[in-house]
Amino acid sequence: MAAGNPGVEFDEAWIQNVYVNLSATKRRAEVLGTRRTVKKQWQAAWELRAVACIDLTTLAGDDTLSNVNRLCFKAKSPVRPDLLKALEMDDVGLTVGAVCVYPNRVADAINSLKAAGGSHIPVASVATGFPCGQTPLKTRLEEIRMAVADGAREIDIVINRQLALTGDWKGIYEEVRMMKEACSDAHMKTILATGELGTLVNVYKASLVCMMAGADFIKTSTGKEGVNATLMVGLVMVRAIREYFERTGYKVGFKPAGGIRSAKDACTWLSLMKEELGDEWTQPELFRLGASTLLVDIERQLFHFVYGRYAAAHEIPMS
Amino acid sequence: MASAPMQAVQPNSVKEIFKTLSYGPAPEADNVAQAWLDDHERSFGHFIDGKWVKPEGRKTYQTKNPATGQNLATTLQGTNDDVDMAVKSARHAYESWNKTPPHVRARYMYSVARHIQKHQRLVAVIEAMDNGKPIRETRDADIPIVVRHWYHHAGWAQLMDTEMKGWQPVGVVGAIVPWNFPLMLMTWKVCAALAMGNTIVLKPATYTRLSALLMAEICSEAGLPPGVFNVITGSGQMGSALAEHPDVDKVAFTGSTQVGQTLRRLIAGTGKKLSLELGGKSAVIVFETADLDSTVEGLVDAIWFNQGQVCSAGSRLLVQESVYGRLVEKLKTRLTHFRLGDSLDKTIDMGAIVDESQRKSVEEFVEDARKEGAEVYQATASFPARGCYYPPTLITNVQTVSRVVAEEIFGPVLVVLPFRTAKEAITLANNSMYGLAGSVWTENLSLAMEVAISIKAGTIWVNSHNMFDAAAGFGGYRQSGYGRDGGKEGLYEYVRPAWESRPRPAYLVNLDLKTFGATIPQRPTLDDGTSKGKIPKVDRTYKMYYGGAQKRPDAEYARPVINPDGKVIGHVGEGNRKDLRNAVEAAHAASPGWGKRAAHNRAQIVYYMAENLEIRREEIAGRLADMTGRSLEDGLREVDLSISRLFHWGAYADKFGGTVQETTLYGATLKIHEPVGVIGIACPDSYPLLAFVSLFAPAVVRGNTIVIVPSEKYPLMAMDFYQVFDTSDLPEGVVNIITGDRNHLSKFLAEHQDVQAMWYFGCAEGSKYVEYISAENVKRTWVNYGLDRDWEDADQGQGDEFLYQAVQVKNIWVPMGDVFAN
Repeated sequence: MAAGNPGVEFDEAWIQNVYVNLSATKRRAEVLGTRRTVKKQWQAAWELRAVACIDLTTLAGDDTLSNVNRLCFKAKSPVRPDLLKALEMDDVGLTVGAVCVYPNRVADAINSLKAAGGSHIPVASVATGFPCGQTPLKTRLEEIRMAVADGAREIDIVINRQLALTGDWKGIYEEVRMMKEACSDAHMKTILATGELGTLVNVYKASLVCMMAGADFIKTSTGKEGVNATLMVGLVMVRAIREYFERTGYKVGFKPAGGIRSAKDACTWLSLMKEELGDEWTQPELFRLGASTLLVDIERQLFHFVYGRYAAAHEIPMS
Repeated sequence: MASAPMQAVQPNSVKEIFKTLSYGPAPEADNVAQAWLDDHERSFGHFIDGKWVKPEGRKTYQTKNPATGQNLATTLQGTNDDVDMAVKSARHAYESWNKTPPHVRARYMYSVARHIQKHQRLVAVIEAMDNGKPIRETRDADIPIVVRHWYHHAGWAQLMDTEMKGWQPVGVVGAIVPWNFPLMLMTWKVCAALAMGNTIVLKPATYTRLSALLMAEICSEAGLPPGVFNVITGSGQMGSALAEHPDVDKVAFTGSTQVGQTLRRLIAGTGKKLSLELGGKSAVIVFETADLDSTVEGLVDAIWFNQGQVCSAGSRLLVQESVYGRLVEKLKTRLTHFRLGDSLDKTIDMGAIVDESQRKSVEEFVEDARKEGAEVYQATASFPARGCYYPPTLITNVQTVSRVVAEEIFGPVLVVLPFRTAKEAITLANNSMYGLAGSVWTENLSLAMEVAISIKAGTIWVNSHNMFDAAAGFGGYRQSGYGRDGGKEGLYEYVRPAWESRPRPAYLVNLDLKTFGATIPQRPTLDDGTSKGKIPKVDRTYKMYYGGAQKRPDAEYARPVINPDGKVIGHVGEGNRKDLRNAVEAAHAASPGWGKRAAHNRAQIVYYMAENLEIRREEIAGRLADMTGRSLEDGLREVDLSISRLFHWGAYADKFGGTVQETTLYGATLKIHEPVGVIGIACPDSYPLLAFVSLFAPAVVRGNTIVIVPSEKYPLMAMDFYQVFDTSDLPEGVVNIITGDRNHLSKFLAEHQDVQAMWYFGCAEGSKYVEYISAENVKRTWVNYGLDRDWEDADQGQGDEFLYQAVQVKNIWVPMGDVFAN
């Protein structure tokens, strides 16, 4: 990951006079996918880049060692070797960006990746009362420390929506600051749960406040809210990243999560990053796609590019 | 991701692109379009009477793809004979199309809509290839708008009998359209014309003829009867011949202001209707309360849509000083990743300029600005090696005096000016000879609405730009033209009142432009002997009436008012250009306040006039009888009708403000019937009181201020009326009366650059003069071609036509939405 964001002092002036026009933002979001498209080998290459940016995720009550193990092996070998060979990409060592699990499964994931020969792939753990954050601050912070102790190198925290909805931005800043401290050397992604923030202005403010507090990444959603990663919300967040960079010179990453299932969507997200923030923000160091089933669609598209025929899902190793 | 030792990679290999994440070409297939051109052996004729027609011996024009320079096909350069053939076909078809029941016309139009949808990709590809504009735009904007227009107007055809009661088709329409939106702008004319029962002859622009020809084929496939829609191709000279053809009843034009003016002059006095949708220099006004990131994308839509070749392009960016620097920086950053390329490439923002001559013209503007010391920022991040391209351009450090700020460039060039306050922004926005469109960017809706109302333009978008829909009219104020395309307001351009047949004044009215309106003031008259031995009556001196007071005529000449028996019954002032100048100034001074008054208040004043007229009923009827030699009963009837008419228009003061348009926008599209401004009115001699009332009342109830010339022969009634005005609380300057020679005064009113419309009820020559001379500032005109109307008749004396003439339509687009997610 990149050097990370040390954060800055809370400055309320940054979040005064924030204006976000929903209909205009939506119009831009709607044409992101029609103004840019990739075909042929460009499409294949972009899809492979998307693979490198995936946080391959399982966040379910019934997660056990066996499915986490399968996920980790897939993380190490995300694309069928015959496809990689045909694309002359077999010597690149392509893996996904990270594996993302609940705190209780961190140890399983670490061991599984080791077994798969993928110890270099970071394990990301959600924390802080994910997905709702409705637990005491003390236990939320403790959760982070325990996940880090178990070997998680990235922590996906959720922000306190109650504070956001009541306008206590200073309160959010202070909580996130403490969480950053609890993360120690682990990178911190802050989940805004945008679907529960009510307005795009709140999304923008929450983005800036989390970055001030030291977020290394800002992330759209837990995947559990009613509305998750939409391009419109993503656009608002990357614009906030741009403003933070212009003000501080610190580069903060972006992770859309929830509902991203098609290769086409993944390419549009990459294009959004490229257009709004530049090429550097299309690398896994500053861009992750939180997804579980996306990989299957990408592999099928690559299959079609290589063989000229549409693949059946059962021909793709499941994760 | 692990870092493996990488070998040298091939350019454009998957591995290379994986590293750079570059864009590659993403071409739309053109095989079907090429096959269609081949079907026609790449050589097109005219489409007349449902058939392809290729007369012998015509010159041809080679049409090219501006992005590649590739020849696409040859088309004909039509002659006057071809025009004649097409107009005959349209005239013949009109006889049955006009009698076709509305429902059946609706079914034809519905069928055309369906057939365009079936072929929409072919249409989109042809349009992109022919014009150079991106396939994304033809696919996602031009063609969907075209389809929507056909469906929407199929509906108007269906509803004509109810919704357009009292109106009839015009006849044969000659339509001339430009090259920037060849199919869309053509459709705007064709749909309204056909829905209202007219037939049409279309001349597409020279550079872009293919989509119109394809469209003719699709209409034929859809079963549209032969001759209803004809396409002829040719030069501008052929366009003039079409406009001038005696059997064309209406000319519909979209294009440059200059050509619009030429057409206006060309058909002046012929009795043809005319609508003009001309150039613009529309302002984008950005306040410090705007979402600046979204504004940047809005500017992409405003000035870099269709390479800036859009009449409503937001080409003047006005930014509040407090955010000026930030917005300009953001715009420059945006342009660093702006992509130009082949129109069929799906990964571009902007395509090719339509033709080298146009590209050069844009370049000259920019070079001029550079010479003036302007700062020119051009993004050349992706600039194709060949093809007719011009980069998106941002010009700062310019002022209102610069040519690039004042004139329409019609290319991808944006000029930026700062402003301090909303008031200054409005003044700057209105400091233009154009008035087509504009946009306002702020999260403060109160401010947005006030600015939208204050800008003199036909379309204002709030937090957006360049949105179009069939249900909202599009068209200009000032030198951006008159008439609207789209919406119910657009239908009026293709109908005339049911009682009226097309005026056909002697085709070439004998008019000497140099001497028209010349007059020598009257001299003293000899007494006819009847007053011999009597004590003279106390002389009533009728002066001019403007600015709410009686004013002596500038030239200090008087003209006698003589009754049919030859008896002098009074004198009025002999008005001249200076009296008019003063009156127009007074009208302008009154205009803002009168327009802002509550409609209820305007109604009360007009009712009060009726009340005061009623009090003097007998006296005024007596004077009418004296003056005109008609009976006292006639006089009484005229006074009573005038009172009734005042009530009629008083009633309309608060019932014609506009509506909410049902466009595809999520939000509200508000149609506002705004005043036209200062209207010059020349009254006829028949019904000296009733015609005067019938003309001034609709104008003033709808918020206009007027300079009115009463009946030349019988002006005394109007002069009596100023006492009515004075006692009815009418603010000074709303109605200004200048007496004198009708043509002399009409000449100077029509020539006045700050009179927004001229209503002329006089002779055929005068009608021609008014239409001709009004071309200069593209003034709206309403003339009678020397024909009188029955002012007593309700349809003729107070029909919808009066409302149409008394307002201009502004559409304000207000997108909504803030609610999101949970």
